[in-house]
Amino acid sequence: MQKEIAGKTVQVDAEGYLLNMDDWTKAIADAIAQEEGIMELTDKHWQVIDFIREDTKENGQSPSIRRITKHSGISTKELYELFPEGPGKKSSKIAGVPKPVSCV
Amino acid sequence: VLLWGAGMIGKKRKNIVISGGGTAGSIIANRLADKLNDEYVITVIDRDDVHYYQPGFLFIPFGIYGEKDVIMSRRKFISEKVSLVYEEVQKILPDENRVILGNDSILSYDVLVIASGSTIVPDETKGMTEGWRKNIFDFYTLDGALALRDVLEKWEGGSLVMHISEMPIKCPIAPLEFVFMADWWLKKKGLRDKTDIHYITPLAGAFTREIASSYLGSLLRDKGISIYPDFVTEKIDSKKRKIISYDGRTIIYDLLVAVPVNMGDGFAERSGIGDDLNFIPTDPYTLQSKKYKNIFIAGDATNVPTSKAGAVAHFQGERIIENIINCLNNEDPVPVFDGHANCFLETGYKKGVLLDFNYEVEPLPGRFPFSIIGPFSLLKESILNHMGKLLFRWVYWHVILRGRNIPFVSPEFDMKGKKRPEKNESPGD
Repeated sequence: MQKEIAGKTVQVDAEGYLLNMDDWTKAIADAIAQEEGIMELTDKHWQVIDFIREDTKENGQSPSIRRITKHSGISTKELYELFPEGPGKKSSKIAGVPKPVSCV
Repeated sequence: VLLWGAGMIGKKRKNIVISGGGTAGSIIANRLADKLNDEYVITVIDRDDVHYYQPGFLFIPFGIYGEKDVIMSRRKFISEKVSLVYEEVQKILPDENRVILGNDSILSYDVLVIASGSTIVPDETKGMTEGWRKNIFDFYTLDGALALRDVLEKWEGGSLVMHISEMPIKCPIAPLEFVFMADWWLKKKGLRDKTDIHYITPLAGAFTREIASSYLGSLLRDKGISIYPDFVTEKIDSKKRKIISYDGRTIIYDLLVAVPVNMGDGFAERSGIGDDLNFIPTDPYTLQSKKYKNIFIAGDATNVPTSKAGAVAHFQGERIIENIINCLNNEDPVPVFDGHANCFLETGYKKGVLLDFNYEVEPLPGRFPFSIIGPFSLLKESILNHMGKLLFRWVYWHVILRGRNIPFVSPEFDMKGKKRPEKNESPGD
């Protein structure tokens, strides 16, 4: 479905994840963050978001929480403070990449 | 299959090396041995000669199975045409097509199959090791299941907590089965009203996919088992018997039954070919390594998004053969696997539930393998499902491992007999 975020019309899935990660802009990240209850994205938030985007481009899939905390320089505890209630889902949504696959 | 034309005569024999002689490795070795002539050498590497029937571990803590019910010799179930090497894999050198064994000897391969499974790693969770086998137990290993049986024998009541550290885990329904079985067993012992059963999971519900999650969630509720979803464990304080989540929740336990972090074999890390959990990046449809053309992966060792389960190892093992043979003939791999998983889930009281799903389609209610007549019921408790699970042990040793097909059960997922419930209709009704 289509959605207007930060003045730009983009394709999103039923849960609001961007379908095309190239549609993403920093303004979109700010807007989604606010929808998710994060009023301001700090440098530490950006450190996570930048890692998620680079890693997704490189590997073709969104990184797991384990992968984020192992390679981004942000600890799991910090990640939970930065993106409360479901840091994996929230950070990937803000970073404009698909929801991470939780394996069955 | 034209594998060995005149061109092969006088040529060097080709080597297929299989790392791991468990469910997937044994099936693949046996099926290859049936298909290939003596121009091919098939070698299976594993640490020892003990093949565990892992689905049986669940029954050990409740005294239903003993040690002898779950152990067989690997050699006994692998074709005589296959050589078995009892060694660790120290390292794989994928650019040189070589495997270095624990004793420093080297095996060269034309095709390598990685079927080295997954294992529990208690060290990955802060505080777990301190309480390990004191007030924290597992049933993912034989000695863990036996130790848990001894603890349950002396159980007088209290807080029994089932805990999953992190996904993915082997057999994601096993922890649910454990609490269902515990509920039943405690009732028989007259201890259920003295025991609180808690179920802690990092998932958003009882299962990963919606319809099954809501059905299994309602089973938990009916049995009076409390569920704590989205609980990601930060640490365990085994002295104070506390388990603490990253978002600040604390649960007190008397007995913690844990599924520690599951990881692939350490050689993945030593060889630089694994992901962050030592699982091997694998194409979900061809089962070929994402990086190396002559490496194929099956069973728990892959990172493909379906259950780590015996049924998956079996379906992959059956279908991967085509791509191994394609590779030996210098042909490109084709899609052979659709994520099909099929799991019997014990719910206690001699009943069970059957789940059948794949990458695309979540577990749905219905009948299996035939519409209407079943005989098994999908996403619904039945005595026949329980009998299916018990019969499965025989089928495992005598049909599946031998590389034979199960009549009427296809490695491909089939919508036959399945029905997507209407909105607001609870499955199983």
